[in-house]
Amino acid sequence: MPMRFLIPGPLQPFSGGRSSIAIDTSPSTVAEALAALAALYPGLRERVVTEQGEVRPHVNVFVAEVNIRDARGLETRLPEGCEIAILPNVSGG
Amino acid sequence: MPATKLAAPAPLSVRDGDAILLVGTMKGLFLLRAKPDRRRWESSGPFFPGSSVYGAALDTRGGRRRIWAAPSSMHWGAELAWTDDFGKNWSRPATPLVRFPEDSGASLKNIWQIAPGRGDDPDTIYCGVEPSALFASRDAGKTWQLNTGLWNHPHRAKWMPGGGGLCLHTVLVEPSIPGRLTVASSTGGAYRSDDAGKSWRASNRGVRAEFLPDQHPEFGQCVHKIAHSAARPGRLFLQNHWGLYRSDDGGDSWKDIANGVPSDFGFCVGTHPRDPDTAFIVPLHSDGFRCTPDGKLRVYRTRDAGESWQAMTRGLPQKDAFETVVRDGMAVDRLEPAGVYFGTRSGKLYGSRDEGRTWELLREGLPPIVCVKAGVADNVKAARPTGAIAKRTRKAA
Repeated sequence: MPMRFLIPGPLQPFSGGRSSIAIDTSPSTVAEALAALAALYPGLRERVVTEQGEVRPHVNVFVAEVNIRDARGLETRLPEGCEIAILPNVSGG
Repeated sequence: MPATKLAAPAPLSVRDGDAILLVGTMKGLFLLRAKPDRRRWESSGPFFPGSSVYGAALDTRGGRRRIWAAPSSMHWGAELAWTDDFGKNWSRPATPLVRFPEDSGASLKNIWQIAPGRGDDPDTIYCGVEPSALFASRDAGKTWQLNTGLWNHPHRAKWMPGGGGLCLHTVLVEPSIPGRLTVASSTGGAYRSDDAGKSWRASNRGVRAEFLPDQHPEFGQCVHKIAHSAARPGRLFLQNHWGLYRSDDGGDSWKDIANGVPSDFGFCVGTHPRDPDTAFIVPLHSDGFRCTPDGKLRVYRTRDAGESWQAMTRGLPQKDAFETVVRDGMAVDRLEPAGVYFGTRSGKLYGSRDEGRTWELLREGLPPIVCVKAGVADNVKAARPTGAIAKRTRKAA
């Protein structure tokens, strides 16, 4: 079963309106999955990570229910068929 | 399940010659238009709701009618977007146009300034960004390049962030001196190039830095805003973090002109489109308070290049008005007489259509205003009469 990205509403203008995107290339890390996502929808990765390849400070990326900041960041390993959820932090003002 | 869905703002119906205001707030961009008499304003927005918009510009060079905006999402980053139909459709490239090269070690935090280039160079446009850097496009905004002359300047490593971050917030294109650019950064100060951005030199002689042991360093000043006179080449007005200055030599030297103002602290400064001796400021009480002194909202205007300043108060609240106008919160249009506009952190937008003599509250209840830009619509196709108007027109013919 392919892994899948869950796309929040504010980013769906860059995913053709899709809220879920399957990745068929069997990436082994979050970084590889984001690279595969960028090949499909380049605007998505740009809004999740900075030019320096770091996850933006007010964005959370969850593999299943684990925030990758609490794991190995972009090098977090992916279980087969997992879901990666991209979520905005609760920050605002 | 979140249930709120914002309706798309209705685009403005604009005609050639209309006055246009771009009002950037902490929660999106608002557009306003009025006939040239500027008596009634229509507005539309917010565009990019939830994103701050510190930078915006109307570019009518080269037959365009383009509005640029720089929405910045706390979550998803900053980007450049544009509309060629006054907000009906916005273009947001998948790959953000302005981005630091990977080997720069920097990431874009915000776009503070969008500055169209000279009229005879209609495909050049600039952006001032945070962290302090200048980007330029030579192809009407399709591609952008980091200005390496400024980025690699040996002073840059010693610039320090101010309250708003380390931002390059002012980009001035001298209309009558080819190749001359002036930029300003907080902190860092003013820098000038005379070779279209290849090389830069500090331009702060006479500008003080009260927050440093050496109050007159070569660089490191916290310049809040510089405006240039379109009517007199080389004349600049500068509102500093403490200090109000004028230069008549393109920034080679600065003269203190805080004559008769309640405070020489403030953020914004605007200049008249035709009279080189007229400028506008909104003094604020100290860097500790940063509100209008004595609860009075007063624009100060000089008609003699800063030798004296007069409080413009008609139509502005003179009691319990502890307002703040930030560095890009003021704009002056080029109509006759010139219109002057400013927005406050409390979301009020004021306008004067008689060069500051009287003021009207144009809008209130907006999110905190961080950017006001004024322009005049051009290159708008004349609307064809349709429906009932068309029938009347045909019948009359």
